[in-house]
Amino acid sequence: MNPEERLSAPIVLEYPFTRTTGPVIGAFMTGLREKIILGIKRDDGTVLVPPTEYDPVTSKALTEMVEVGQTGEVTTWTWVENPRDQSPWDSPHALAMILLDGSDTPFLHAVLVEEPDHMKTGMRVSIKWKKETEGHIQDIEGFVPEKENHA
Amino acid sequence: MPEINVPSSIKDLEQVQSVRTPIRMEYTFTPGVAAQTYLREFANKKILGAVSPVDGAVLVPPRGADPRYGALCDEFVEMPHTGHIGSFCVTNVPIPGRELELPYISAWIFLDGADIGFLNLVAECPPEECRIGMRVEAVWKPDDEIGMTAENILYWRPTGEPDLPFDEAGVRGWHVRGDGESDA
Amino acid sequence: MRKVAIVSAASRQEEKMLDNEVELMVPLISKVREETGLDQTEIGFTCSGSSDFLAGQAFSFVMTLDAVGPVPPISESHVEMDGAWALYETWVKFQMGVIDTALVYSYGKPSPGSLQDVLSTQLDPYYVAPLWPDAHAIAALQARHLLEKEEISLQHLADCAVRAGTVENHEEYYEQQILADPLRPADCPTYADGGVAMILAAEGKAEELCEKPAWITGIDHRIDTHHFGARNLSTIPSAKKAAEKAGVHKADIDLAEIHTAYTVHDVLLRKELNLPLNPEKSSKNHPIKAETLMASGLLRIAEAARAIWDQEANRTLAHATSGPLMQQNLMCVLSGEKE
Repeated sequence: MNPEERLSAPIVLEYPFTRTTGPVIGAFMTGLREKIILGIKRDDGTVLVPPTEYDPVTSKALTEMVEVGQTGEVTTWTWVENPRDQSPWDSPHALAMILLDGSDTPFLHAVLVEEPDHMKTGMRVSIKWKKETEGHIQDIEGFVPEKENHA
Repeated sequence: MPEINVPSSIKDLEQVQSVRTPIRMEYTFTPGVAAQTYLREFANKKILGAVSPVDGAVLVPPRGADPRYGALCDEFVEMPHTGHIGSFCVTNVPIPGRELELPYISAWIFLDGADIGFLNLVAECPPEECRIGMRVEAVWKPDDEIGMTAENILYWRPTGEPDLPFDEAGVRGWHVRGDGESDA
Repeated sequence: MRKVAIVSAASRQEEKMLDNEVELMVPLISKVREETGLDQTEIGFTCSGSSDFLAGQAFSFVMTLDAVGPVPPISESHVEMDGAWALYETWVKFQMGVIDTALVYSYGKPSPGSLQDVLSTQLDPYYVAPLWPDAHAIAALQARHLLEKEEISLQHLADCAVRAGTVENHEEYYEQQILADPLRPADCPTYADGGVAMILAAEGKAEELCEKPAWITGIDHRIDTHHFGARNLSTIPSAKKAAEKAGVHKADIDLAEIHTAYTVHDVLLRKELNLPLNPEKSSKNHPIKAETLMASGLLRIAEAARAIWDQEANRTLAHATSGPLMQQNLMCVLSGEKE
């Protein structure tokens, strides 16, 4: 049979999940709602951001949550020219690993600049919050170059 | 679980306990070769069965393989539009998304000459009169509404012919490997 | 350890397949059963790998069992993983001493769905998945890290693209527009529908079924954390550990079939395993050119076995990976000798 003649029909599956958070992720999300970032201390004194209930390397339970800074440094990045349908962002942006001041692990989020030429590993960025926050990773609208945010 | 110490700035606030994480997946489903052949003929008001290359059992609707033996079924045969009820269920509870008048009858329909049945609706029959072995025929949508869809047959209705004996009704395709005998 | 060998394999890959999963798998499963002369009733255990999200159907593997013929009832299992992990489960079953033969298969048909959405759903559901980064972007984050630290070079990536066949030469590579900065289209996988089936047998049986069984002399799989920030992007500890446990370096490797769907993964893994960066022989159907989610890993194992059957190699390595940033890694060492 000629594949051009293939029959097809659309199927859309939607999973309207609401996930329970537990005490650690819940505290992080509460922090986002209040526009602060929390990490969790590991046994070696380093701070894990975003926090998990356990050390991802040693699997030891972690309990000591601490606030970290809202500015940091891009450790690596890529450029998203065409954001996908479900992306929180409508326009081209960078995705980057961002190491916040006071944290020892970088985490993934967007850097909102116009074009890839404005991106550089090591650049300083700061958080841009959404006006309305609810306790969700998307409460962070993205990061912007540090000077821009203070201007 | 160990006690979690959170900074004083959020300690006395109501804690977030859940997050929304909806996901949406879009697919363009393709039915495969056998189902495609079946659907094309179904749009011509023909019902195709697949013939097992192992023992000639007729499987309706065709799904590409004889599932008992994992053998490819690429020979098709046209089926009559009459059969019998192998088993049935009367539903008295509404199901969201299905606008059917209650109660309704779902039945395993065994076409004449088919070795396995398929699920479909039975109507024009009061639930208390529905029986295993009862003979039924297809009631199609009007010709101008027929397409490549399982919705072509609105339902099955009694023909009024004598029933198939109870012991002969239902699955006849369940052979033990190799001997061709029914163990149903 | 009980000695177990791969004695037959069959596979198929196509960009966009008309066949459904059953129609895809019947000829492959039939072929390996015919080649070994085994009837399904003579196969001790059947294990498969596939993804429901890819198929868009819950418990989709149950339908595909139609391709096996599970009558009378068979001993069967399934992993929501690449088939290489189904092979691992099967190998464990051999070690338990309860089977002498097994059928392992896996398949994936990315063509009907949005593969990038499916891949996003494997990410951390609280912190990462809601941002919907696609697989290319995640690989690109690692690529930039490695390039800027000068742990790999663009030349390495270009070499790999040429070797994989996604471009003819370096010139063509450098001319390509950037897809996911710093990666070019030639660095990223082209996806294919496909499947693979194989028969395994224990010592004593394997020699009856195959002239030159490909003996599994070592197999192991390991995992790294899903917490991106806790990963060192310069290294893949799970791959190194699995390689050590599988005894990869106990003797020379004649051929390495590695499951790397991005040039950056290919180069990094070769460095991590001390494999030649530009091997004389390249994989047929390199995963960058034809990546079949859920089957590519098992397909690498099939290719590594084929090299032994065809006497092109005597000791081969097959690798399978799963998850973002090569999170999970399986190493399987095959040999023409029982060792």
